[in-house]
Amino acid sequence: MAKLDAKIPPGSVQEKWEKHKFDMKLVNPANKRKFDIIVVGTGLAGASAASSLAELGYNVKSFCIQDSPRRAHSIAAQGGINAAKNYPNDGDSIYRLFYDTVKGGDFRAREANVYRLAEISTHIIDHCVALGVPFAREYGGLLSNRSFGGAQVSRTFYARGQTGQQLLLGAYSSMMRQVALGKVQSYDRREMLDLVMVDGFARGITCRNLVTGEIESHAGHAVVLATGGYGNVFYLSTNAKNSNVTASWRCHKKGASFANPCFTQIHPTCIPVSGDYQSKLTLMSESLRNDGRVWVPKAKGDKRHPSEIPDAERDYYLERVYPSFGNLAPRDVSSRQAKFRVDEGHGVGETGIAVYLDFRDAIKRLGQAAISEKYGNLFEMYEKITGENPYRQPMRIYPAVHYTMGGLWVDYNLMSTIPGLHVLGEANFSDHGANRLGASALMQGLADGYFVIPNTMGHFLASNSLKPVTTEHDAFKASRDEVKKRLDQFLHMKGKRTVDDFHRALGHIMWQKVGMSRNAKGLKEAISEIQKLRSEFWQDVRVPGEMNYKNEELEKAGRVSDFLELGELMALDALTREESCGGHFRDEFQTPDNEAKRDDTNFCHVAAWDYKTQGSQISWALEKEALEFENVHLATRSYK
Amino acid sequence: MSGSSKEKLNLKLKVWRQKGPNDKGEFMEYDAKDISTDMSFLEMLDVMNNDLIRNGKDPVEFDHDCREGICGACSLVVNGSPHGPEVATTTCQLHMRKFKDGETIYVEPFRAKAFPVVRDLVVDRSSFDRIQQAGGFISVNTGNAQDANAIAVAKDNADAAFEAAACIGCGACVAACKNASASLFVAAKITHLGLLPQGQPERDKRALAMIAQMDAEGFGGCTNTGACSATCPKEISLETIAKMNRDYLVATVRDRPKSETLGAGI
Ligand SMILES: Cc1cc2nc3c(=O)[nH]c(=O)nc-3n(C[C@H](O)[C@H](O)[C@H](O)COP(=O)(O)OP(=O)(O)OC[C@H]3O[C@@H](n4cnc5c(N)ncnc54)[C@H](O)[C@@H]3O)c2cc1C
Ligand code: FES
Repeated sequence: MAKLDAKIPPGSVQEKWEKHKFDMKLVNPANKRKFDIIVVGTGLAGASAASSLAELGYNVKSFCIQDSPRRAHSIAAQGGINAAKNYPNDGDSIYRLFYDTVKGGDFRAREANVYRLAEISTHIIDHCVALGVPFAREYGGLLSNRSFGGAQVSRTFYARGQTGQQLLLGAYSSMMRQVALGKVQSYDRREMLDLVMVDGFARGITCRNLVTGEIESHAGHAVVLATGGYGNVFYLSTNAKNSNVTASWRCHKKGASFANPCFTQIHPTCIPVSGDYQSKLTLMSESLRNDGRVWVPKAKGDKRHPSEIPDAERDYYLERVYPSFGNLAPRDVSSRQAKFRVDEGHGVGETGIAVYLDFRDAIKRLGQAAISEKYGNLFEMYEKITGENPYRQPMRIYPAVHYTMGGLWVDYNLMSTIPGLHVLGEANFSDHGANRLGASALMQGLADGYFVIPNTMGHFLASNSLKPVTTEHDAFKASRDEVKKRLDQFLHMKGKRTVDDFHRALGHIMWQKVGMSRNAKGLKEAISEIQKLRSEFWQDVRVPGEMNYKNEELEKAGRVSDFLELGELMALDALTREESCGGHFRDEFQTPDNEAKRDDTNFCHVAAWDYKTQGSQISWALEKEALEFENVHLATRSYK
Repeated sequence: MSGSSKEKLNLKLKVWRQKGPNDKGEFMEYDAKDISTDMSFLEMLDVMNNDLIRNGKDPVEFDHDCREGICGACSLVVNGSPHGPEVATTTCQLHMRKFKDGETIYVEPFRAKAFPVVRDLVVDRSSFDRIQQAGGFISVNTGNAQDANAIAVAKDNADAAFEAAACIGCGACVAACKNASASLFVAAKITHLGLLPQGQPERDKRALAMIAQMDAEGFGGCTNTGACSATCPKEISLETIAKMNRDYLVATVRDRPKSETLGAGI
């Protein structure tokens, strides 16, 4: 259908972006100040977009849920950011980063977007250094690199285990400079609850002031959504507690297609769940797998202390199954192997749902001081949470939901199927296919915000003659009414179960049936269980308090109500995609040695879903965007 | 030391409740029963809040997000200490194994004139953003940068800049200080940018503007007691304050006439 036009520019993959930049229309410098742009989200994607657009002269209104833009979820990213600088002289290039990302994504990403990402990656590092981001350096004063899973070169730039924090504080500082200059208006503690459309274009948002409860309208010439990923649909994930799908979902309900919703990344090294009260899961950076060895006891149900289990009775399964990548096998593959071991009864720790990540040999080889210099902060964090000392006994780890590759569908210009609505960062589906490589999300968020949208936004504005609209327009009023009605509904329900109860129940279904491995039977069950839970939610949820003050339960109720719809779509997408690829593993489609078996004949496409309602029934219609691989040839992904 | 000890705690909580900035506020007493020692402090509050809701009461509002000690959202004064008793730890990373069965725990918001209470334990820290806006940046537009390796930075300076940049902007330093001074927060940013070659062109202006804004926001002066650094979950060093004072002095001597005419930004 014409609707899904990816607008990929012609020419060879190397020329596309340069040529496109020349072909796009421009807004002349004096006219830029006549345009107002709404940017929702202040993570890496949103903060970089807000500052860069303001620098060009546009008027930007920026929104976030937190009490300060600096606290967006991006702040928590640990390990690093990729860029094809080839400073280490180890054979890296733009083409290799492009190649690794397409292959790592198991051939389910758009080549043109991925190439542009690799091309822009080097400029990101330049800009961040200019902003004062204190990346790790060598004694000679130049930048240091390390390696990450799924790559055989060292192209990851980092700032100890706090790369996201430093990159975000850089983007935030630029944004704060633009606030001082009057080009960005920053609205914190605001939650976008609806997209407002006028004449088929995205022209504004409705949001709730989380302090006063007031429902506010904001109008502009375009809307940029940079509201992050939806991993929290699983209740437990490594995402920050406020991460949610609401902004994307409300746009989806207004007509934005949702692409590849079932593509979820489950990260292999997280601290396991310890009890029902658990509120989130903590990541232990992938970098630990450079020195830690993953194992389980060979005997099922072996309850001995790990130090009493001799080497001959341990199964170092990643080294056994993937001799060439070993403990650095990519995330999807490593997570699945951990699940297989636990399902077979080899799991460790009190719950039996964990495997060991052991530093004994590395400590013996390099000494405790060397290990502590590399990973000290992670070891401390582990000890704070578990009360166990990883220098003395192996860490217990287990996979956890970490990142969502799916998101709102966007074309090459990062515009969704709603004209004027642009989507950046983890909220879009664009660059990672069915599996994201480590250190590539930060790269993508900043590429989108610093370098792509400043170009494509001008093209959009110059190509459409948009009439002025104000928040007095009927569409804004209707949206405010609808938002208020929904919030009132929550407050008046006065049911028996808390929002957290429902969220946990949803998470349980998602993890069991739409998690690390999926099958048709489980997915069908998940769909009907989620539908049932959703109808219970709308009868029995208890949201205390009132509208007109800070009321976190009311905020959460809205988010969980959207997760309860998204969960169903994820299961439907997983059921429809009858193949295994990257993070999407269907039990029915695997090779004899339990690897993901792609079906390129029938599923080499992006699955984009449209929301439909009939009374209170919701359903989705599927559209496909075919993927073509002209440069990286379709091949079975092997890490053996 | 076992990871998931079976021990359960029964605790009394005295929690500060305040409806808004102009409300007087008071301590209310709650029970927290069957608390696992593996829980984090915020998970213990989650359990308490879910009980309150089920019993038809309003839960206690508190700020939180990452629950990993990095976003700076969580605050709370626990038994008199900002972020509680454990050194170099945010409230979200504080675990219940640090408490004893039967204990009474006092939970209050960060208190400072420049951090008005929003509701219960939630405070308004937007003054920190305004201090950043005054000068906590390097003025470089996207697209202007030269190659990242064009300027070498001595590793010691880069490392020291990182140490200062590790500030999470939580405001515990302010809550710990008897003068409610924001000196450690401001000094961390001034030190971070001042140690890097990229930060030199605006160094004087930055010190003057950020300190002026800090004073305008109603934060108190620094009397060098060191409570800020001792409380800081990221252990930002007091040396940063010495560096800030030096930068400020130099800037005043060198720049006074200009500083009075130039605003923020360009
Ligand atoms: C623990 C952890 C470690 C990671 N480490 C790495 C790493 O080392 N390297 C890497 O490349 N990637 C890493 N990632 C992934 C990466 O951090 C994220 O994908 C990325 O930061 C997302 O950035 P973003 O700008 O798209 O969104 P986010 O940073 O999630 O920001 C979302 C923004 O949207 C706002 N928002 C959301 N909804 C609304 C609404 N309705 N109204 C108003 N505002 C709203 C929020 O307030 C926030 O400002 C890690 C992720 C986790 C969880
Ligand atoms: S919640 Fe982020 S630092 Fe505590």
